[in-house]
Amino acid sequence: MNPSLARSEVPVWNPRNYLNSPETGLKSWLLTQDHKRIGVMFLVATTIAFALGGVFALLIRIELLTPGPTIMSAQTYNRMFTLHGVVMIFLFMIPAIPSGFGNFLVPLMIGAKDVAFPKLNLLSFYVYVAGALIALFGMIQGGADTGWTFYTPYSTTTITKVVPVLLGAFILGFSSILTGLNFIVTTHTMRAPGLHWTRLPLFVWSIYATSVIQILATPVLGMSLLLVAVEHAFGWGIFDPARGGDPVLFQHFFWFYSHPAVYIMVLPAMAVISEVVCAFSRKNIFGYKAVAYSSLGIAFVGFFTWGHHMFVSGQSAFNGGVFGVLSMFVGIFTAIKVFNWTATLYRGSILFATPFAYFVGFLFFLVFGGMTGIALATVSLDVHWHDTYFIVAHFHFIMVGATLMAFLAALHYWFPKIAGKRLPEGWGLVAAVMIILGFNFTFIPQFLLGNEGMPRRYFSYPEKFWPLNVASTAGASVLALGLVIVLVYTLVALKWGPIAGSNPWNSRGFEWDTPSPPPPENYETTPVYTHGPHQYDLPGVETPPAATPEPKHAS
Amino acid sequence: MNELLRRMLFLPDQASDYARQVDGLHYFIIITTMIAAAGVFATAIFFFVRYRRRADTDLTPHVEPRTIHEVVFVGLPLALFLVWFAIGFPQYAKLSLPPKDAMDVYVQGKKWMWKFAYPGGPNAIDTLRVPVGRPVRLLITSRDVIHSFYVPALRVKMDALPGRYTQSWFKAEKPGRYEIFCAEYCGLGHSAMLGELVVMPQEEFDTWIAEQRRGANAVAQDAAPSGERAMPAANVAEEGRRIASEQGCLKCHSVDGTRHIGPTWVDLYLRQEKLKDGKTVVADEGYLTKSMMDPAADIVAGYQNVMPTYQGKLSPPEVAAVVEYIKTLKTQAVRSGPSEGPVYESIPRPQ
Repeated sequence: MNPSLARSEVPVWNPRNYLNSPETGLKSWLLTQDHKRIGVMFLVATTIAFALGGVFALLIRIELLTPGPTIMSAQTYNRMFTLHGVVMIFLFMIPAIPSGFGNFLVPLMIGAKDVAFPKLNLLSFYVYVAGALIALFGMIQGGADTGWTFYTPYSTTTITKVVPVLLGAFILGFSSILTGLNFIVTTHTMRAPGLHWTRLPLFVWSIYATSVIQILATPVLGMSLLLVAVEHAFGWGIFDPARGGDPVLFQHFFWFYSHPAVYIMVLPAMAVISEVVCAFSRKNIFGYKAVAYSSLGIAFVGFFTWGHHMFVSGQSAFNGGVFGVLSMFVGIFTAIKVFNWTATLYRGSILFATPFAYFVGFLFFLVFGGMTGIALATVSLDVHWHDTYFIVAHFHFIMVGATLMAFLAALHYWFPKIAGKRLPEGWGLVAAVMIILGFNFTFIPQFLLGNEGMPRRYFSYPEKFWPLNVASTAGASVLALGLVIVLVYTLVALKWGPIAGSNPWNSRGFEWDTPSPPPPENYETTPVYTHGPHQYDLPGVETPPAATPEPKHAS
Repeated sequence: MNELLRRMLFLPDQASDYARQVDGLHYFIIITTMIAAAGVFATAIFFFVRYRRRADTDLTPHVEPRTIHEVVFVGLPLALFLVWFAIGFPQYAKLSLPPKDAMDVYVQGKKWMWKFAYPGGPNAIDTLRVPVGRPVRLLITSRDVIHSFYVPALRVKMDALPGRYTQSWFKAEKPGRYEIFCAEYCGLGHSAMLGELVVMPQEEFDTWIAEQRRGANAVAQDAAPSGERAMPAANVAEEGRRIASEQGCLKCHSVDGTRHIGPTWVDLYLRQEKLKDGKTVVADEGYLTKSMMDPAADIVAGYQNVMPTYQGKLSPPEVAAVVEYIKTLKTQAVRSGPSEGPVYESIPRPQ
């Protein structure tokens, strides 16, 4: 952990950067069209949402410490798990990496000065804030008690405030669509000279695949949420069979979005990991094309697997089989990536820094989350596991485990790029170990609870499920403590952290070709690319462009 | 081995052969997964050590995969996954094909209780009694929101949907008492919607059901939940006939095999019906229920779309009773082919 060993000069703070120019006031941030500032605002907003969702999660775990009521009523508990799901999925996981890190990095990685539609980008942020506020209003009004899946006819007949929460999620969808549209156009039209598709950083490939899903799937979610809201508010018989509707139709609509939405959360995580694994093993990616195209493969096949959420909904055995096999193909694309990332390490030069620790955690959660997913796709096992804690543990491994690891890896890897400061390595590794172990201790007991047959969304449970629930809650507290440590040292480093210099990791990702923090226009002259990212076979490429005059020394 | 792995994985009792088979697949998957994952992680850890960083400006060779690498990366897991699927899918398919000699039980979910009705027999709340070693087919529905009937010991689960019937079946091999859970979130009492499956020897079951039948009349009168009409008939099919004539079903559907406005009910159960759109369906419980709830969905070829919906007019037990009644309408004769085409000119409807 002495990155300056090889370089003789002291790390330099880039004096003219997006943080201080053209202006520094609050107004200049709120009205900015700079993709970097919008990205940072998204990161702050999604982190607040993550903290809120985390508080809900802890309250749930405390409630489940004992078989009977512990600290809240059944009604409150039902609201808690609904809000936990809604906040974590719609407010944190879907926007965090694409809208936060994606916004910051995609233009930097393709040598562009901004995204294609900077105003639309700012609008996307405010739409996000509006959706979040409406959802928050619904929560303060009493919240919904339907689960984040809003299954009908329960959701259309519940007396809780489900409509504001639905509308909040509906509006958040537009933010997602706008950002996706922006990235697609940006990637197609704004690549710098020489940056062919085959030289595009894998981060951009994966974000691109995510954007395609966001644009194609999110309207379906909007439509189905709106139908539920309309039925709830005006009593139209769309899904409620007592009024002539079809209750299972909603599940088809909902999962047609929400299954691809899993890949909206996981593909950006894979985007981050593809960069981190190259940077910290100083190796070109093994199988560039396989990794790039498998992202598109996941985006495509992910649209044809929604029925695997409905194996026990009364759909035909034939449908069950088709959806089962198709789900396995998604697993294949993920397996390709896992093998290629591992093979990338071969003959590399591996630095076990904090982002790399999170890469290891990511690999672990992705492998076990993915394999349990394949086990579920064998259909007959799903009949036992469906709607039990096994499912809860499985999707937390794959969605939260993988996405959270990638989010933290991204935070530690790009913090010097974004803030120009360094995070403490020692504390970083301590927190990483706590988070990874805590996560395992939270969710491995839940796999076993699912095997034992404990259904999800249970407020109280038979006593035989007690010990494993206690273990899970204990794990959750370690996880929470680890996350608090990360939050604290990140805030401290923002103000007092040591100056990082342009490229503290000596990475050859394109985003490091510009000083850190980057100047408002990203590149003074548009770069011309003659090779792909992360080429470590020739000497001397990572020397970043001179940061310009009057170096301010690290304190 | 089975017992050791079952305990290690916290799996519940195996009350049926099916449960044992599913667990077999479970063990196979766990073991292969662990071996594969150990392979990946051992390789990764070896690389961490062998290729640890020496200097920050290390140069590394440019490595490109050969085609064979990617073929192996795709082929190996795909082969493994398909083997799992080849074991799991037939198990799932078996669950949707109840044996012909199965005993029927109607299951109704309701906030927050389970109701079990035996054809020609009594009702029971929250306790499902079945004889050991006999296949039991469950015809599952719900009165309000979606519930899900789940018996961990049988590894069987099926959603209870309002307005339609789903089916599943099991053959319990081990006498005992097993938990029934509701697995689909249904509100405040979701986690209290517990039931019990009692698997008893055949003789005990016969005694029990005979007792229940004797007392059924009186019990049903007293114990029927308010708002729900009492079902006094000792025989569900009998009750179905009464409902069918009260509701006017028999004005259009004959019970003597003659053609009328609607298809006859004689030999209707499990008949292959040709539909207007050219498809063929088997008139099983699901189809019959759907035809009452949503008559316009699947019109039998040669008939007009004139039947009103009985959604909301018939409660799930009443629908079940009518279905049971239809099932009793069997001729011993050989005629069991599909309905013939129209024999008269249809009356043009005003547009």
